[in-house]
Amino acid sequence: MADLILILISTVLVNNFVLVRFLGLCPFMGVSRNLEAAFGMSLATAFVLTLSSSVSYLIHQYLLLPLDLAYLRTISFILVIAACVQLTEIMVRRQSPLLHQVLGIYIPLIATNCAVLGVALLNIQQAENFVESLFYGLGASMGFALVLVLFAGIRGRLDAADVPLPFRGTAIAFVAAGIMSLAFLGFSGMARL
Amino acid sequence: MGSAVITAVLTISVIALAAGLVLAFVSRRLPAATDAAVDRVNELLPQTQCAQCGFPGCRPYAEAIVNDGADINLCPPGGDATVQRLARLLGREAQPVAVASGSPAALAKIDESLCIGCTHCREVCPVDAIVGAQQLMHTVIASECTGCELCVERCPVDCIFMSEAA
Repeated sequence: MADLILILISTVLVNNFVLVRFLGLCPFMGVSRNLEAAFGMSLATAFVLTLSSSVSYLIHQYLLLPLDLAYLRTISFILVIAACVQLTEIMVRRQSPLLHQVLGIYIPLIATNCAVLGVALLNIQQAENFVESLFYGLGASMGFALVLVLFAGIRGRLDAADVPLPFRGTAIAFVAAGIMSLAFLGFSGMARL
Repeated sequence: MGSAVITAVLTISVIALAAGLVLAFVSRRLPAATDAAVDRVNELLPQTQCAQCGFPGCRPYAEAIVNDGADINLCPPGGDATVQRLARLLGREAQPVAVASGSPAALAKIDESLCIGCTHCREVCPVDAIVGAQQLMHTVIASECTGCELCVERCPVDCIFMSEAA
């Protein structure tokens, strides 16, 4: 149990995939313009990330390793991720057309979020069993959601701020993201994984 | 050498096949997504998502029209033209637009001395009735405003209020 909590803390705060490992910067910049889209995107990504990282772990452990095919992991993980994204799309469209309208283009974009592939690949090195890999994916997606929602809030404030002309728009957003990343460095050393 | 290639190809094919089967199964099992009638009604609505009809947005209103027989004249932003089109599509009788709640057609007004030019209200306006640039004062085009009140909530300095149409 303590191990699992440690994994959560480590992936959410200490080794945050966006701010410490710099994966998934594209949705981090693209979808953080308003809070609702950021929230929806983090929910959808959380689902895909958790599902795909645990399924990837199973495939790697019980299909690729016994057959001595470890070199196929990248392409098979991409396959798994694409299937998970498609599954999410079908489910969101059928269950809640309203949410589908809000998320719209963002759902297929999850497939190209490098954090998803990154988590799946790091997962198989670091997780020791299926439950751990599940928590690893869950923690990574919670970290992604936390950072995305926080950053959407910051960008809301930036809109109203008097920013010098050369820094307006994406430039100041990246400066803010850098400062946020520095703040997250404060967690380093808290947990080792 | 040859057998390794064949195993690799087979493995990837098996994974792809399994993923395809799961997706096919899920898409069969879940209820059919979109009601064609709801879609067509939804297309006629102005998509302002203003909720003046008493439903949370245009699509819920379209669903209510098709499934629960809600009145077709509840959409002030669409005006009489929308009611006419809906009446033609559904074979119902066209009635004049009813104002669902409260005072007749209140319009948004911006207290321009308080406006900080954040553009939040401009982004949220479904009918592009707010003009103004970043850091500059905004104002409402009265002839375009549908009184949906979406901007009132978004304003960070509470400088938008609703006033009776002139």
